[in-house]
Amino acid sequence: MGPHRVQALDNVSVEVRRGEFVAVMGPSGSGKSTFMNLLGCLDRPDAGHYRLDGQEVGRLSSDALAAVRNRRIGFVFQSFNLLPRQTAQANVELPMVYAGIPRAARAATALKALAAVGLDSRAHHRPTQLSGGQQQRVAIARALVNDPVLLLADEPTGALDSATSLEILALFQRLNRAGLTIVLVTHEPDVARFAGRVLSFRDGRLVDDRHQVPEEAPGLREAVP
Amino acid sequence: MNALDAVRSALDSLRASPLRSALTMLGIVIGVAAVIAMVAVGAGARDQVLRQIASLGTNLVMVGQGSVVRSGVKLGAGTASSLTEDDGIAVLAEIPGVTVTAPSVRWGLQVVAGNQNWGSVLFGVTPDYMDARDWSVVQGRGLSDEDVAQANKVVVLGQTVVRNLFGGGDPVGEQVRVFSTPLTVVGVLGEKGQNTQGQDQDDVILVPLSTAKRNIPGMAKSNPRFVHTMVVKLADGTDQEEAQAQIRDLLRQRHRLIEGQDDDFWMRNLSEVAATRDASSRALSFLLAAVAAVSLLVGGIGIMNIMLVSVTERTREIGLRLAIGARRRDILMQFLIESTTLSLIGAAVGVLAGVGTAMVVAGLAGWPTLIRLDSVVLAVAVSGLVGVFFGLYPARRASRLNPIEALRHE
Ligand SMILES: Nc1ncnc2c1ncn2[C@@H]1O[C@H](COP(=O)(O)OP(=O)(O)OP(=O)(O)O)[C@@H](O)[C@H]1O
Ligand SMILES: [Mg+2]
Repeated sequence: MGPHRVQALDNVSVEVRRGEFVAVMGPSGSGKSTFMNLLGCLDRPDAGHYRLDGQEVGRLSSDALAAVRNRRIGFVFQSFNLLPRQTAQANVELPMVYAGIPRAARAATALKALAAVGLDSRAHHRPTQLSGGQQQRVAIARALVNDPVLLLADEPTGALDSATSLEILALFQRLNRAGLTIVLVTHEPDVARFAGRVLSFRDGRLVDDRHQVPEEAPGLREAVP
Repeated sequence: MNALDAVRSALDSLRASPLRSALTMLGIVIGVAAVIAMVAVGAGARDQVLRQIASLGTNLVMVGQGSVVRSGVKLGAGTASSLTEDDGIAVLAEIPGVTVTAPSVRWGLQVVAGNQNWGSVLFGVTPDYMDARDWSVVQGRGLSDEDVAQANKVVVLGQTVVRNLFGGGDPVGEQVRVFSTPLTVVGVLGEKGQNTQGQDQDDVILVPLSTAKRNIPGMAKSNPRFVHTMVVKLADGTDQEEAQAQIRDLLRQRHRLIEGQDDDFWMRNLSEVAATRDASSRALSFLLAAVAAVSLLVGGIGIMNIMLVSVTERTREIGLRLAIGARRRDILMQFLIESTTLSLIGAAVGVLAGVGTAMVVAGLAGWPTLIRLDSVVLAVAVSGLVGVFFGLYPARRASRLNPIEALRHE
């Protein structure tokens, strides 16, 4: 990369334990997304190690990384990234398509995942027929459908109003209580307070790593269908 | 991702912009339709020729007097009566495999009936000749061996002659005159239409060979045994080339031709005629292949163009698919299957359009058409290859995207 080499992350050493709910914070350009891309096996570290569930993934082949992303990681994006012409159900089925799961089994699992996020009645709606919050629920159902060990969410509430954000956060909290490990990027302390641990980045360095007692999301109980 | 899922997803994305997909297919559609239609017309014409030839029988050899035309100069043409009835008898007697030799003379003349007058061609023939040339009779009777033996003044008319002299009425039993010789009409030939050279095969009158020689002034002056042409019929399974070589040797010997002298007769079999036709239709096929190649090339470039656009438009989708577990080869296959599906649907539409065009041509122009299954299979297969070939570059491009950058793409 020559003279414009950017060191997006520098000397970051973190261990996230199974079942944790971690919020990643920091100013824009501090390396949060870069950190998430490493955790999500979308990127490989130029130096150092990343061990996922005990497995060193830094040296895996591109196909093996695809399989890791497919089976063990779920992604949730700020902009949802649903396929616009596909129904909610078809969107949720997509990771199973790449996992080679037969059609009938896919449909059943997708409907179950949609029910888990409270959208079973919207299985045949297209993204354009759903609100932002509903679209993000579909995206969460898609992330969960292959039963991952780690859920990565980069500013999942960035495009949502505060009420809807709370619903999504309640959903995350519920999934975390059920045992799912979650790492979530956010700018807002309001969001981070629902996590049990907050990592703070600045200029590519981890400047703070703080455990806290998570606040209980309002409507957590009601969010359970 | 299995193939069925890939095809389904390809169809989904093609359906997303139907007009664009349709326009992209157009090049392939036109190319395939042109090939199918033109092959159908060509094959129809060829099939007609072959059927005409088959109806004559490929085990026939025509022998005629005079030399073949070579380099535009007719050598030895008109050499007085080089071919005789005795040549025919000798060929029948001496060449193994020859079952019939049927001699004939022909003469252009005026035929008169009442006050009607018509220029036609007279054939002096035997019943064998009528059989060999597939001349059938639809009214009255044909010529008999007795007519030939007794030089009966009888005539069988072709349809065109009947139309012009009798206005289509029944001529059997009526009189016609040629060179002021009255002949009784005993039969009418079935309609044959035009031959492969476009000549009217119904504008003929047939009389016994002996009658022609006796009553047409000047015809048998130099040699009463002469003939213009004879048809040699070979038994099934006879080696035609071998027989022709033997006939040639025998005739050269009988005509006392010395080494180095040209033949004073020509010989032709109908499979040679077929071969000439075949050669010209092969030249046409090359032209068709060129047209097809160009339109498929243009169609392929259209597909490549639209696939490149599609890859750019769907960069985020590709990023998402990579993020949730698609391997690079899954993305490659997805776009390859999409481009191939485009070209194959185009080919299918092209086949239908080509068949339709052929049917319209057959209906309006009255040309015979024949849909060749091999042309359909070939056109579809080539279109499929075009889809794969021109889809490869866009698909590789898609499969090599960096998922992080692709997901950030606007
Ligand atoms: N592909 C890349 N090439 C060069 N520099 C990059 C690349 N990706 C990220 N960077 C740089 O690395 C740094 C960290 O970027 P990153 O996207 O991780 O920030 P962020 O914390 O997610 O910011 P934001 O809150 O705005 O999303 C930035 O300075 C960015 O410009
Ligand atoms: Mg970011």
